[in-house]
Amino acid sequence: MGDMDDIVREFLVESNENLDQLDRDLITLEKDPKAREVLASIFRTIHTIKGTSGFLGFPRLEAVTHVGENLLSQLRDGRLLLNAEITSGLLAMVDVVRKILVNIESTGQEGEGDYTSLIETLTRLQGGEREAPAPVATAPPPPPATEAPNHEPENADSGLPLGEILVQAGRANPEEVNEALKLQHEGDNRRLGEILVERGATKPAAIQDALQVQAEARSPALSDSNIRVDVSLLDKLMNLVGELVLARNQILQFSSTQQDTSFLNTSQRLNLITTELQEGVMKTRMQPIGNIWSKFPRVVRDLAASCGKQVNIEMEGKETELDKTIIESIKDPLTHLVRNAVDHGIETPEKRQASGKSPEGHLFLRAFHEGGQVNIEISDDGAGIDLERVKQKSVEKGLVAPDQASRLSDRELLNLLFLPGFSTADKVTTVSGRGVGLDVVKTNIEKIGGTVDIQNRFGQGTTLKIKIPLTLAIIPALIVTSAGDRYAIPQVSLLELVRLEGEQARKGIEMIHGAAVYRLRGKLLPLVNLNHELRVEESGNGSEQAAAVNIVVLQADDRQFGLVVDEINDTEEIVVKPLGKQLKGISTFAGATIMGDGQVALILDVLGLAQRANVVSEVRDRGMGEKSAETESRHDDGESLLLLRGPDDGRMAMPLSLVARLEEFARTAVEKAEGRHVVQYRGQILPLIHLSSALSERREEPRYSGPSEPGGEDEKIQVVVYTGQGQSIGLVVDRILDIAHEAVKIQKRTGRQGTLGSMVVQGRVTELLDVKGIIQTADPNFFKEAVAA
Amino acid sequence: MAGKKQFSTFVVDQLLFGVGVEKVQEVIRYQEMTRVPLAPSVVKGLINLRGQIVTAVDLRRRLGLRERAATDLPMNVVIRHEDGAVSLLVDEIGDVLEVEEETFELPPGTLAGEARELIRGVYKLKDTLLIALDTDKMLNLATTAALGA
Repeated sequence: MGDMDDIVREFLVESNENLDQLDRDLITLEKDPKAREVLASIFRTIHTIKGTSGFLGFPRLEAVTHVGENLLSQLRDGRLLLNAEITSGLLAMVDVVRKILVNIESTGQEGEGDYTSLIETLTRLQGGEREAPAPVATAPPPPPATEAPNHEPENADSGLPLGEILVQAGRANPEEVNEALKLQHEGDNRRLGEILVERGATKPAAIQDALQVQAEARSPALSDSNIRVDVSLLDKLMNLVGELVLARNQILQFSSTQQDTSFLNTSQRLNLITTELQEGVMKTRMQPIGNIWSKFPRVVRDLAASCGKQVNIEMEGKETELDKTIIESIKDPLTHLVRNAVDHGIETPEKRQASGKSPEGHLFLRAFHEGGQVNIEISDDGAGIDLERVKQKSVEKGLVAPDQASRLSDRELLNLLFLPGFSTADKVTTVSGRGVGLDVVKTNIEKIGGTVDIQNRFGQGTTLKIKIPLTLAIIPALIVTSAGDRYAIPQVSLLELVRLEGEQARKGIEMIHGAAVYRLRGKLLPLVNLNHELRVEESGNGSEQAAAVNIVVLQADDRQFGLVVDEINDTEEIVVKPLGKQLKGISTFAGATIMGDGQVALILDVLGLAQRANVVSEVRDRGMGEKSAETESRHDDGESLLLLRGPDDGRMAMPLSLVARLEEFARTAVEKAEGRHVVQYRGQILPLIHLSSALSERREEPRYSGPSEPGGEDEKIQVVVYTGQGQSIGLVVDRILDIAHEAVKIQKRTGRQGTLGSMVVQGRVTELLDVKGIIQTADPNFFKEAVAA
Repeated sequence: MAGKKQFSTFVVDQLLFGVGVEKVQEVIRYQEMTRVPLAPSVVKGLINLRGQIVTAVDLRRRLGLRERAATDLPMNVVIRHEDGAVSLLVDEIGDVLEVEEETFELPPGTLAGEARELIRGVYKLKDTLLIALDTDKMLNLATTAALGA
C-alpha cells in the first residue's frame, strides 16, 4: 500500500467521493424517476469508474460497472423506467464497487469476490423489463424523445449559450433564436428565454431544461478553485499557528514594558495578523455536517425496507460547519440515533394509518449554530416513548426499585433510557435492541463536551437534541492553581465559583464521616480536594486552612461537585494538545496546553476526576441524579439573591435576576465625566453609582484621583453591573459576599432610602436593596432615556 | 548489514548509552518541566518543545539507576516515536559514534532487573562499553512495572 501508484490512489479517492454522491442520487431518483440531470450524473460516475478501471487493469470492477452502465444508459434514454427493483440492483452494484475499491486500497488487488449473480441480475433487469409489460404499464410513459435526445451528458459540450442549447435540443428553431438575439441586441433587456417564450418560440419547460444543462456545464469551473489537502498538513499548520499564538503572547507581554512606538506598532500588527491567521486555519478544518448526513438517506432506505416501513428523510442546515475531529466523533452516534428512529420510533404503515397518520413516516434532521455551539436535532413523527413501558422495563431489569420507579418524573424516566443495558424494544432485531444503545451515544457525545436531551411526545414522536462545541482545538477554560502547578478546567463543566473566607472557611465545610461537604444554597455539595486527588499535597502544608477556601463548582455527568483548589486564576482561551501515549491511561487529564509564559499546564478531565473521586460511579447505577439542578429551578417560592456587605458592615441583598455581571475594576480605572464617576467597560462608558452614597442622606463620594488614600483600601472596586433597556450602569459595592436562595418576604419595612426593607437570609438580618429606585435617584434619566430611545 | 552503525550517545549515571542516530530528533538543554500527578514515576514531566507537548522520561528511573542529584539539571534527548516525540532525560550528551557491528554482544545473563528488557546489547569500544537501548520497549510504559510506582 505504501508504494501504491499515485494514479490508483487518486482513482480511489475520487471514486469513493463519487459513490457517496451516487447513493444520494439513487435515492433522489427513486422518488423522482424522471430527474434527468440526476440520472446523467449517476451515469457519468459509473462511466468514469468503468473507464478508469479498464485502464488500470481491474477486470472485475470493469465487468460490474459495465453492466451497470448499460442498465443506466437504458434508463437515461427513457427505454426503462426506474422502479424499486432496479434501484436495489443499482445500489447493490454500488456496494460491490465499494467493496472492490476497499480491496484495492488495502491489498492493491481486486479481491476474489464472485459477482456473476449481480451481473446476471443487472443484465436481467435491462432485458426482462422490456419484455415484461406489467411494470411498464403501471409506470408513466417514458419521457418523450423530444427531450434533448442528442444530449450526451458525459461530454461537457454545453458551455454554450442558451440559444444554442435550445436549438441543439430541437426545442427552438435557429431563426427564432436569431430573431430574439437581434431584439436583445437592439436594446430589449429581457432575458433570451423570456423573449423566446413570449414569442411562442418555445415552452418555459424547455428553457428550464436548457438552463440546467448550462449550469451543469459551468459547475466544473467551480472544482478548479478547489484543491485537495492532506489533513495531516492542516493539523501541522494548526500546531504551527498555536506556536505563533504563543510567541505572539510572549511578545505582547514583553512589549508592555517597552516605550519604542515602532516596536509597539509592529507587535500590535503581529497580534492582529496572528488572530486572523488563527481563525483562517481553524476554518480550513471546518466541514459541513452534510458530509456525514449524506449517508443517511441510504441508511434509512435500506433499514426501512428491511423492517417494512416507509420513511422519508428531510434535512435542514446541511451546510452547518464543525471541526473535522468533531465531525468524525459524532458520525457513529448520529448514525445510531437515525437507525434508532427508524427501527424503534417510526411505526409500520398499518399502525400509522390506524392512528390516523400518513403511512409514510417522517424523519427530520436539523443542524444550526447557536451560542457558539452546534445544535443537532433528530426528530421523527413515530410512536414516541411510552413512559409506562420505560418504567416497567427499568424495574424488570433492576435499574430502579419498584417503589422508586413510581415516584419518578417524566424527565427522570426519559433519563433512564441513557442507562447502560436499557432497551424498550420487544424483540432483538438486527438493527437495535441489543442493549447497546443510548448510553453509548451519550458517552460519545459527552466525550467531546456535548450534551444529549430527549423530548418526547407520546404517540407523536421523539426529538433528540444534541449540543456540541464548534471546535475542540481551542476552548475557554478556567485556570486554577494547585500545589504550585496550574491546571485548566474546561468552561463547559463550570457552574460557579465559591470563595469562603475567614469564619466561613473554617465553619462552612462540614464533614460526613470523612467526606467533606458544603451547603450550597441549602443543598449539600460534595467537595473534592484537587491536591488530595492528584496526590500532590506538599509536605508541611498545615497552614493550608488559613485564609480562604476556593471552591470550583463543576458539573460531571448529571451531578455537581465542588473542587477545592489553592487558587483561582483567570479564564483563558487555551489550545488543547493531546498527551503522549505514556500518559493516555490517566483519565484525570484531558490533555495539556501551553500557557502564555511557555509553560505546560494540564487540562483536567472533569468527568474522569469525578469518577476518580467517586462523585459519579463508573457504572451509572443511579439514574436520578438530575434532581439537584432540576428541582432547584422549579422552586418557585424562592429567588436567588446576591448578598453584599453594605456600608457600616450591614448585610444587603439584591435579586440575582437584576445582575448582569459582577466586575472588578482597578481603582485607578475610575474616571470622571459630566460630574460622575465612570469606567471604560467593554468599549463603552459605564456610569458608576456608589452604594454607600446612594444609601446615605449626605452625598459624599469617595475620591479616586491623587495618591492612594492612607486608609489603605483595596486596590480594586467591586461593581455589580445592571443592564436595562440596552444600557448598563454599575453599582459600586464594598464587597460581594455570597449568593443565597431564599423566598423574598420582607419582614420589616424600613424607611431607609434605597432599600425595600429587611428580611432574614441565611439566618442573618439582611436589607433588600431597591435597585431600580437607587438607579432612578442617581440617574433620573436612565429609565426615561430608554423609553425615548 | 554494512557492518557499521551510527549511535547518538549520552551518559546516565556514568554509563555510556546509545540509541540509533536515526531515532533522535534533536538534543536540547534542560527545559522547565510541568509535573504530571498520578503518572508513572518515570515520567518526570511535560516540556514545551516549540509548541509541541513532549513527555519527558527520566532514564535514571527507567533503568533503575540512582536518582540524580537535585542540583544536576538533565539534558533532553528527543526521540521520534510512533505518536509524536518523547524526551529522554540524561545526564550528559556524548558524540555521535560509528560502531562496528562485529563488536556487538548480547547483554550478559547476569544483567538483572528491568534493565535487561530495555538493553539490546553492548558494543565493545576501545576503552569503554556502549550500551544500546531499545527505544520502543523503553517508551512503552504500559507493559512494565514502571506504572504504579
